[in-house]
Amino acid sequence: MSFLSIQDLTVRLRGKAPILRRVSIDVAAGEVRALVGESGAGKSMIGKSVLGTLPQALGITGGRIILDGEDLEQLSPRARRQRIGAKVALIPQDPLTALNPSRRVGPQITNRLVDILGWSRKAAEARALELLAEVHIPDPARVMRAYPHELSGGMRQRILIASAFAAEPKLIIADEPTTALDVTVQKQILRLIAEMQQRHGTALLFVTHDLGVVSKVCQTMSVLYSGMVVEDTNVREFFASPGHPYSAALLAATPKYTDPDGSLTPVPETVIRAVEEEVAAFDREMEGAA
Amino acid sequence: MSDVIYDVKDLRLSFPDMSRKPILGPAPRIEILKGLTFQIPKGEVLGIVGGSGSGKSTLGRALIRLIEPDSGQIDFEGTDITHMGEDDLRPLRRRFQMIFQDPLSSLNPRRRVGGIIAGPLRLQGLEGIDARVNEALDMVGLPRSFASRYPHELSGGQRQRVGIARAIALRPDFILADEIVSGLDVSSQAQVLNLLEELVRELGLTLAFISHDLSVIRRLCSRILVLYQGEIVENAATADLFAAPTAPYTQELLSAIPLPDPDQVWV
Repeated sequence: MSFLSIQDLTVRLRGKAPILRRVSIDVAAGEVRALVGESGAGKSMIGKSVLGTLPQALGITGGRIILDGEDLEQLSPRARRQRIGAKVALIPQDPLTALNPSRRVGPQITNRLVDILGWSRKAAEARALELLAEVHIPDPARVMRAYPHELSGGMRQRILIASAFAAEPKLIIADEPTTALDVTVQKQILRLIAEMQQRHGTALLFVTHDLGVVSKVCQTMSVLYSGMVVEDTNVREFFASPGHPYSAALLAATPKYTDPDGSLTPVPETVIRAVEEEVAAFDREMEGAA
Repeated sequence: MSDVIYDVKDLRLSFPDMSRKPILGPAPRIEILKGLTFQIPKGEVLGIVGGSGSGKSTLGRALIRLIEPDSGQIDFEGTDITHMGEDDLRPLRRRFQMIFQDPLSSLNPRRRVGGIIAGPLRLQGLEGIDARVNEALDMVGLPRSFASRYPHELSGGQRQRVGIARAIALRPDFILADEIVSGLDVSSQAQVLNLLEELVRELGLTLAFISHDLSVIRRLCSRILVLYQGEIVENAATADLFAAPTAPYTQELLSAIPLPDPDQVWV
């Protein structure tokens, strides 16, 4: 039984242009699944659909999101918020914009626990200190009193990771969590996410455009093109033999310094045309069914 | 020494640190470049790599004199341009050009592509501007009809081609490319790199390619300069650097790259 089951999810822009096309994705408890695709493929929108944070102009027009056995659509808005708040957390891309620059770090971690989950302030603070130590932040008490601008990018991302794990969510959505970081810091942060995920047994939906990162962190993956899942596979199988021509082209385009001639190959136009045709055929079928 | 396009000696550059400025008196200075010495031979494709804050962009901007160094010397084809004034620099600017990281913010949104490419040509007082614009579009593989489009109508990869067209339209000897593919998807990344490779060969360009991505640099560059906290920690031919990196920072950088390969040892 999957912890998160997204079934035939369709999201449209102002009820018209499809952004997600009947996307189906399952995430079992403790599973680490990558959502891979180029910009505009809709990978972030899947995470936002689950969290209920889609931009105003976008709306779910079809399909279901089942979280821990409950269809989110069937719940009242209040109950839905409560369930999502208790069971799902987000690690965002940019640690600087995700933290309020004019407030100290401590309350930004504890407020969620106090306001949404009803913890006492004292218990929340103890938990925050514990978590900051767990994400290897030296001198957690000092960091709790610091402002975000006083900390490095890697340090800020550690704080957001601590914050995401604070309420022991069953699922974390990580939306390009290391894209803004240097490659050496990225390595530390990815290892930290993997370490925390294993210790807490949290399921992870890992949104990224970087196949290198996927191969290090994830077990399963969904490859997206134009809001459509073109391949759903496990990571080892994908890198051994990608199952869709677009996936194969994406892999060949990914830089690999150990293979300068065999990597960074442009995606052939024939592949793009073929996958675009698949999308168009899918749309015709969808219109026909509607 | 006519085969050297840039000769840089003990280059130093610092900025005032406004966050530590006392109420009265000058701000203390942060040293960004701490005495860099290197040469760029003609026709070379030099990769400049380093983490954020390593000074790689500052070095690039000093090379084309968008900023003035504190001390040291930069010779461009035998001319000392270290402290040259803007009036004397202008005729030289035609010979060194830059391609920027973010094509959307470096292209004027209110001007058409043709006008954007023609801008520097007009400033340099050149003739036959339309023909040169068309030629530049041809060279970067964009249809000539794109001259009448606006930047927001183009994809990321196409915009970056416009940035490249603007730089090569002047037929410079040297181009500085600062993280020009880091904002692009891998599919357009590969196309832009192939284009750049071709142009370097056809036009006999010398290129300095700033990037944080060693995989991209390996593909394109013949020599690599590794910067760490404002100092050159390694300056080696590409093949040598990847075969046996000598600086500890280069080794750390290489081992941190996540290869698209689940069997890579990455601990």
